[in-house]
Amino acid sequence: MSHTDAPKGTDYLHADYSIKSWLLTLDHKRIAILYLITISLFLAIGGSMALIIRMELLTPEGDLLMSDTYNKAFTVHGVTLIFFFLIPSIPAVLGNFLIPLMIGARDVAFPRLNLLSWYVFTTGGTLGVIALVVGGVDTGWTFYTPYSTSFSNTAVVTAVFAVFFAGFASIMTGLNFIVTIHKMRAPGLTWSRLPLFIWAQYATSVIMVLGTPVIAITLLLIAAEKTLRIGIFDPALGGDPILFQHLFWFYSHPAVYIMILPSMGVISELIACFSRKRIFGYEFVAYSSIAIAVLGFVVWGHHMFVSGQSMYAGMVFSVLSFLVSIPSAVKIFNWIATMHKGQIRLDSPMLYALGFIGLFTIGGLTGLFLAVMGLDIHVHDTYFVVAHFHYIMVGGAILGFFGGIHFWWPKITGRLYPEILGKLSAVLIFIGFNFTFLPQFIAGYLGMPRRTHSYSEEFQVLNVLSSAGASILASGTIIAVAYLLWSLWYGEKAGRNPWNAKGLEWETSTPPPTTNFERTPTVTEEAYAYGPDDESGEVNNERD
Amino acid sequence: MNSGGLMPEQASNFAQEMDLLYYVLIGLTVFFALLVFVPMLYFVVKYRAGSKADRTRPTYHNLKLELAWSLIPLAMGLVVFVWGAKLFVEMYTPLESENALQITVVGKQWMWHLQHPTGQRENNELHIPTGRPIQLTMISQDVIHSFFVPAFRIKRDVLPGRYVTMWFEATKTGRYHLYCAEYCGTDHAKMTGWVYVMKPEEYERWLVASKWGAVSDAARDTMAEAGERLYNDMQCNSCHDPAAQNAPSLAGLFGKERRLSDGRVVTAGEDYIRRSIYKPNSMKVIGYEPIMPTYEGLIDEQEVLQLIAYIRSVRDEADDLTGRETTPEGDS
Ligand code: HEC
Ligand SMILES: [Cu+2]
Ligand SMILES: [Cu+2]
Repeated sequence: MSHTDAPKGTDYLHADYSIKSWLLTLDHKRIAILYLITISLFLAIGGSMALIIRMELLTPEGDLLMSDTYNKAFTVHGVTLIFFFLIPSIPAVLGNFLIPLMIGARDVAFPRLNLLSWYVFTTGGTLGVIALVVGGVDTGWTFYTPYSTSFSNTAVVTAVFAVFFAGFASIMTGLNFIVTIHKMRAPGLTWSRLPLFIWAQYATSVIMVLGTPVIAITLLLIAAEKTLRIGIFDPALGGDPILFQHLFWFYSHPAVYIMILPSMGVISELIACFSRKRIFGYEFVAYSSIAIAVLGFVVWGHHMFVSGQSMYAGMVFSVLSFLVSIPSAVKIFNWIATMHKGQIRLDSPMLYALGFIGLFTIGGLTGLFLAVMGLDIHVHDTYFVVAHFHYIMVGGAILGFFGGIHFWWPKITGRLYPEILGKLSAVLIFIGFNFTFLPQFIAGYLGMPRRTHSYSEEFQVLNVLSSAGASILASGTIIAVAYLLWSLWYGEKAGRNPWNAKGLEWETSTPPPTTNFERTPTVTEEAYAYGPDDESGEVNNERD
Repeated sequence: MNSGGLMPEQASNFAQEMDLLYYVLIGLTVFFALLVFVPMLYFVVKYRAGSKADRTRPTYHNLKLELAWSLIPLAMGLVVFVWGAKLFVEMYTPLESENALQITVVGKQWMWHLQHPTGQRENNELHIPTGRPIQLTMISQDVIHSFFVPAFRIKRDVLPGRYVTMWFEATKTGRYHLYCAEYCGTDHAKMTGWVYVMKPEEYERWLVASKWGAVSDAARDTMAEAGERLYNDMQCNSCHDPAAQNAPSLAGLFGKERRLSDGRVVTAGEDYIRRSIYKPNSMKVIGYEPIMPTYEGLIDEQEVLQLIAYIRSVRDEADDLTGRETTPEGDS
């Protein structure tokens, strides 16, 4: 085990203070910070849209927003949170920051490509904001044709290019990670010793590299049909609208795994650290990430059971969807088994991890309702679906992201946040989340269609509950953002390894030096080698 | 209307089975959720840091356990899959029944047009009897919509450019919500309506009553009659007259196999006739000069459906010695 400490003042945050040193940095850690700032802005935009939506839905009449405005609000909500927040969240921030540290490398394989990806992403983000400013887009994040290509007269083309750019950024990130993980592992760090976070990032990168080109081309086809009137998707021009849905979901189902797999990687780290135990069934958890990445590519048709796809195709997609749920279940069971005979501490990151398990379990199980073809006829395009995917994407992906941010915050910023507020916000988010989305399952089965600003009176009680929950969820999130920012200036200085965790990232100083390690570490043991001696899990926050 | 409950009303032949399937899935969800949450919370308490619990010989691998928690859920899932697929096939397979009431649905931004075989037209409202299967033949005039009646547990996307069908049988009289479930633009939220389910006698009375106000002959037409009127107005007969030589006779066309000039052999169903009218050049019958003009822009989706009803009703004299016959419901 190497144990390196950089001389004071040369950590990556304090190496240079100029704006230029940030904007032209090739340091993966600084690029991660750039990404963190950018995606936080999009979280703010997308999140405020959610609040506006929930406010409108307090009453059955469409009284707060005009229907067009509402349609734009949910489109901005979906597009920003999916393409500009969730997809890049863990990979581009935590992945960028941690992958080289976790595998004992100086940087990613292609630092310039890494910086370029941020610029491309920011270009996309800027285009997105322009689309918003010039009047917005009203197609929903799904851009369904022929509505998007022949009927909507909003800024569809600009929005499509925004997403196109974001897609390229994620291809670059994915490519970088794959090469980095293959080529730059420290001596002794075999594949079977890799932290599960790395396995998850690897699987995610494969999806990014294979899936994103398809959505990129599909979006270009939208722009082509809309501007040049070439018939691709619109039957009036000789196209086929179902073709669009096939191409769209071919990427967008795997994209769900781009969002959730990295979170699962985070959860594995958290469960192991706060149970002071090696992960139960390491290989099963690792390979299940790969299984999810592969199977995730062959289930897209489960979004199209009622859309006119052939019945036999539907059956194949339905049965494969049951299959893809198994690797996720395997992970959950292995995490629970890891806790068996552990020394469990409920620090805030662990609260997020347990919250993740709870919400992701519900999200996954309710996904089966939708994979059952007959039942999907009734619940498709209702609030049942809305509730289901928020359980996966907020309850799963975002809780994993927050858990990871809380876990590695001391390492990234060199500061500790107030633990008591950390716990409070984790609990508020969990309660608020359930309040918001549980009622939507019921509203959905009762038949409330999605994407409407007015609705039938009998759904009001459920919607009021949901809006009330959203305010709790929002306050939990705002508290978290507030104390994290506060800690940057006033937080207690963090030591090298405040959680007493295993993993190479905890062995270098805090914050890490620009070069990560003074000497390349050599790895001699498996991941999560929590032994009997650190069973107490005492927090060790000494600065050394 | 049902208000405040947790379940929508059951008003069709599919509602009970759908709900049963739903309950079974809720059961499975509760079962697996408990399987995860109970041990999780139990371990959190029992193995909290510093507790006195026995921690000797912790395990890190157990192949049997791994297989058990992968294969058992998979097997349970497959049972539900089969059941769900069976229900789906039942709901989406077009009905062959003679007795079915054939209703046509045209979706457009942001309205539903419905027409009964006897000619009654409705907007955003549908009156139907109990005790008789209802078959909907649906098409959109613009973007994708989705015909959704929660109380019947039926939904299907209504596509531009292609017919889809869906059937059900209403079992309970009353008034039920009709929604558009697929986002379709500005007034998607307002693309709603009501389905009125009536006793068969009442439905018959409604059929008569809804034609009382008819001022013109056209308003009194059945679908097939409206189609015939159109057929004559548009002078389809100038070419398609059975005596003429330069175009095929349309008598008895429906359901027949057609050989096209590009070698394809297709069945002359609704979609085929619609394409022949809108895009005659993509569906050229072998042995004829492609002189038929396109009627795109001249005839709307509703009228195409009427023409189809008419063509369906015209029998070929060679097939059927009773000759031309117009059945009142156009579903002979
Ligand atoms: C100018 C002559 C002409 C007129 C007018 C015309 N058609 Fe045609 N139609 C044809 C010819 C020729 C064919 C066969 C070649 C082809 O398929 O294009 C045909 C084919 C068809 C077919 C396919 C028949 C088959 O046997 O498979 C249908 C259905 C049809 N027409 C319906 C109509 C309707 C409805 C109208 C009036 C709205 C109409 N046509 C008006 C000439 C005409
Ligand atoms: Cu999917
Ligand atoms: Cu709609």
